[in-house]
Amino acid sequence: MNVAVCVKQIPDPAAPPALDPVTKNLVRTGKLILDDSDSYGVEMALQLAEAAGGGEVTVISMAPGGETSGLRTALAMGAAKAILVSDDALAGSDALATAKVLAAAVRRSGADLVLAATESTDGYTGTTPVQVAELLGLPSVTFAKKVTVDGSSVRVERQTEAGYDEVTCPLPALVTVTAGVVEPRYPSFKGIMAAKSKPLEQLTVADLGIDAGEVGAAGARQVVVDVAAAEARASGEIVVDEGDAHERIVQMLDQLKVI
Amino acid sequence: MGVDKIWVLVERADGKVPPAALELLTRARDLATTVEAVAWGPDVAAVAAELGAYGAAAVLDAGDPGDALVGAPVAGAIAAAVALGNGPDAVLIAATYDGRDIAGRLSARLDRPVITNVVGLEADGDGLLSEHGIFGGTQVATARFTGAGPALFVVRPKSFSAEPGGGSEGAPQVRPLPSGDLGSTNTAAIVAHHAEERTGPKLDEADVVVSGGRGLGSADAYAMIDELAKLLGGAPGASRAIVDAGWVPYAYQVGQTGKTVKPTVYLACGISGATQHMVGMKNAKNIIAVNKDQDAPIFTVADLGIVGDVHKVLPKLIEALKARS
Repeated sequence: MNVAVCVKQIPDPAAPPALDPVTKNLVRTGKLILDDSDSYGVEMALQLAEAAGGGEVTVISMAPGGETSGLRTALAMGAAKAILVSDDALAGSDALATAKVLAAAVRRSGADLVLAATESTDGYTGTTPVQVAELLGLPSVTFAKKVTVDGSSVRVERQTEAGYDEVTCPLPALVTVTAGVVEPRYPSFKGIMAAKSKPLEQLTVADLGIDAGEVGAAGARQVVVDVAAAEARASGEIVVDEGDAHERIVQMLDQLKVI
Repeated sequence: MGVDKIWVLVERADGKVPPAALELLTRARDLATTVEAVAWGPDVAAVAAELGAYGAAAVLDAGDPGDALVGAPVAGAIAAAVALGNGPDAVLIAATYDGRDIAGRLSARLDRPVITNVVGLEADGDGLLSEHGIFGGTQVATARFTGAGPALFVVRPKSFSAEPGGGSEGAPQVRPLPSGDLGSTNTAAIVAHHAEERTGPKLDEADVVVSGGRGLGSADAYAMIDELAKLLGGAPGASRAIVDAGWVPYAYQVGQTGKTVKPTVYLACGISGATQHMVGMKNAKNIIAVNKDQDAPIFTVADLGIVGDVHKVLPKLIEALKARS
């Protein structure tokens, strides 16, 4: 069974994010890393391919400037190969344009199962995976907290408001996994060395047969007209605990009439 | 007045209309000449009167998906109506698990982008402006759609308040939507439902929310959060860090990825206050935080901040509350 994992390479979340003052797009220059949310999908893919008795895991990403560091992390974890779509025409792409690019790359990978995170850490639009599924004509199961593959179908425990649903779905299919679904492995030294020689295909929009006018800023059909700081909330009273701070909490709960 | 027609998606739970749908209907009334509700599942007519009381001029029945996941069939029905020229100017969808599925599929089917994390909507000439939080809600971006076709908005619950009004006498008419051509997109089927044992109020409806974070140190220490929530008649919640660590289920998560809560009291225990968490709770009416790091960002929003060890403060708080009850 071949598994494709859509991953995002993002600016380090520990660094303060920034917007381009003119285009109002996220500034994504500088070193990018594998989105932590995606490490769960990569791990899940590796475990499923192993449990199925073989098959390759392909990681797929769209990123500016030929960025591959996050893909190398996934390769070091054990993925067999990577596809990177990088093209100046993609700057300013909305989630749907991103989905079109990823869908074309997934099609090329020939995967039986496509995995993705529920949403990225930086943009958190949270719709791209399902858009990919629709563009590929695939069924999808989102918010998986457990995934098993049984021959030609996938069985998923899907998070719901009340608990979870057991969902089955024939392959090929797309599944989004929640963080914590598996424990991502750390790349070993051997893995990191091996990753350097693994195949990494770099493609342009034209290679995928996509019209450059459909993606990037040229194809965007939503414009950000303004960005402002959200209303800040004032901080209140600070009490350093000296063994009796709980009494102040009780007092406040009492005043608020919740006890 | 903004647009001619808005459709509001109504995702029912156990047959009931959730507050999120009523919030969207309430807001849509001020933005469009005509507001229509889109519902699915068995017996849509049963909720027509209630939706009408919140301003729905008609209820559009997207059919009963049965055991299928709803994303594909509901998006298919809406897209089919749009293709026939009967579509709206905008579609409002609450940010739930199923709502996001429908939004993603609808976007791809209509070849229209979707704006998510919406917390505000305003009329702008003959269009709409949306406000959505970015960078964990620390900044608000205002955006509008360009080009032809419906504008798709996924709105965070509790962005608007729900108030009845704008309705006509009696239940509005229920009309079926056409079915879409779904191919194999509709083959994911639910074979069993599992309800997690939960006593007390729901996380996003509770008057008191007690949340735990990494500062608890271990999964076992979460028992203190459960006990405090029970003593206060509230709901237990969690930061993303401990959900990722597998200490508690995803459904407990408060934040950008999880639930948005607006309780009377939010008690944050051992939570540093990453922006990802703050976006889900900073509109609580009162925030109490306990954290041993006095520089923790959570103290910048707390009405009462206790600089202390949760392992010392919480047991005493539990004892004090028990002594009162």
